[in-house]
Amino acid sequence: MIGDRRRLDWTLLVLFAGVPGAALALDEPYLLDLFARVLIFAIAAVSLDLILGYGGLVSFGHAAFLGIGGYAVGMLYQHDLGSGFLQFPVAVLVSGVAALAIGWVSLRTGGLYFIMITLAFAQMLYYLGISLKVYGGDDGMRARRSEFFAPIDLNDQTQFYYLALAVLALSLWLGRRLVNSRFGLALQGARSNERRLRVLGVPVFRYRLTAFVIAGALCGLAGALFANLNEYASPSTMHWTRSGELIVMVILGGVGTLTGPVLGALAFVLLESYLSEALEALASGFGQHWQVVFGPLLVAVALFARGGLVGLLRPGRGE
Amino acid sequence: MVQTFNGLQLGVMLFLMAAGLTLVLGIMDFVNLAHGSLLMVGAYVASTITGWTGSFLLGLAAALPAAFLAGVLLEVAVLRHFYDRGHLEQVLATFGLILFFNEAVRLIWGPAALFFDPPSALRGQVEILPGAPYPAFRLAIIVVGLAVALALYLVIARTRVGMRIRAGASNRDIAQALGLDIGRLFAVVFGAGAALAGLAGVILGPITNVEPGMGDPVLILAFVVIIIGGIGSVRGAFAAALLVGLVDTLGRAFLPILLRLVLNPSNADAAGPALASMLIYLLMAAILFFRPHGLFPARTG
Repeated sequence: MIGDRRRLDWTLLVLFAGVPGAALALDEPYLLDLFARVLIFAIAAVSLDLILGYGGLVSFGHAAFLGIGGYAVGMLYQHDLGSGFLQFPVAVLVSGVAALAIGWVSLRTGGLYFIMITLAFAQMLYYLGISLKVYGGDDGMRARRSEFFAPIDLNDQTQFYYLALAVLALSLWLGRRLVNSRFGLALQGARSNERRLRVLGVPVFRYRLTAFVIAGALCGLAGALFANLNEYASPSTMHWTRSGELIVMVILGGVGTLTGPVLGALAFVLLESYLSEALEALASGFGQHWQVVFGPLLVAVALFARGGLVGLLRPGRGE
Repeated sequence: MVQTFNGLQLGVMLFLMAAGLTLVLGIMDFVNLAHGSLLMVGAYVASTITGWTGSFLLGLAAALPAAFLAGVLLEVAVLRHFYDRGHLEQVLATFGLILFFNEAVRLIWGPAALFFDPPSALRGQVEILPGAPYPAFRLAIIVVGLAVALALYLVIARTRVGMRIRAGASNRDIAQALGLDIGRLFAVVFGAGAALAGLAGVILGPITNVEPGMGDPVLILAFVVIIIGGIGSVRGAFAAALLVGLVDTLGRAFLPILLRLVLNPSNADAAGPALASMLIYLLMAAILFFRPHGLFPARTG
């Protein structure tokens, strides 16, 4: 089963690698932007899957780390520190530290409390972003693409795309290593029976906190890429609906599969951009109201799609 | 003084939202993110009816049953199927409902905010203390909120239904084993919670704008209230709602001034609002640190 997943990972990565060529051949440069967005959300969704899928902890504030990563890039840029060699490590580090603080408080509780607390902390950071008038308040701030050494130039959209793809590949590799390690097994054990793991002497809290920090730091990296993609960092990245969307991606693709969230991000971004077009074609002016259709779709997914998209691709072999 | 009243007013409004929600969470172990949508339904219906008839009371009279009906419909059509599912599916489904409601409202009423005037009798100012005028409508909110809180307290502490609600919130399985019809009890609680959310919408409408998604920030604040108060506890929700309302309002008003005493003015002006906006969340973190299940946890097992 793990071999299957690996094969699916590789298939996806190879397909993603072909996108720039396809965009060029079809003369649709817009596709490159769209798929860069897919890759970045895929990284964020994979990081969320580590705690949500494998840890069984429903974090409803994961977009906070996306925002922190973006703010790291934006704020450093505002102070004329445009080097990616500085921006990216800082983004990862600050998100990790924030995850340590948030996780330390949130993980003392569980279940419903955990959902609401992570949501509340993300909302706190959202309002903090809004109140930082020096950094654009509501509107956020501009951030040019990060600078690297000569052959690498992120202003080249294709290069930027491949950087995002490399980070995604790395995240999947790291994620697989992690969940199949003793650490990952203990994490999954605590998901199904916390008490037993405790009795066995596993420091459940510390393991969960570690997973939370890794997930936060990885999502911060995705945030740094996101700010680069948009050349902008703003509080709206941290809005709670964004956290909801990340959860949607994970469930849509398949919880606790790592590959699933990548598929989920793909499906979500494509739905987001093409559902409105399709509706607009059906009835003029209706396209902007695509969420009227998308909302009930999510309810249906929650009701019926237990294994997610991965379950569809591998019937009978899901979790 | 005026700020204290503003804090009280925010507090009672949060209580209206949190009271229904905390029982839903406590009895059914169910996360209902769509509770904010019920507030929005209340506000929209009230402002529309008031606009047509010119009477705030008729608006109010229409909004409460509308929110109640919307809540019951929601419960029967969708939410009921998710009680025995995991939290994750509940979050996904109710998140989908929020998107649906916000967009449906935009489709029906348009994206622009509606204006909603308070009733003419309450448009003036009242002197709460000599030389301290206060908007009459906000004062009325406080009075109504406290009256609702008192009524809820009496229902929950003194009546048979209240006893059942307390039993359900403290331990659902045992209550069910003792012959309590949890499904019916829950329908009652859910409908009442929806009506309270609708009332919160009617109250909030004239103070802020009536617009799509207006209930969602209130929902998140209500979550903070519930976390602080303890899931399933109406008493906890009341105490925590007033605490959050006061801390938030007073923090925003006075923190920048206090910071000026220790920082230079430009730093204080930058840090004050930032810190004030984080204050209630820091309060929540601090309380959770010492009491991971809130101030008045209802659940026993």
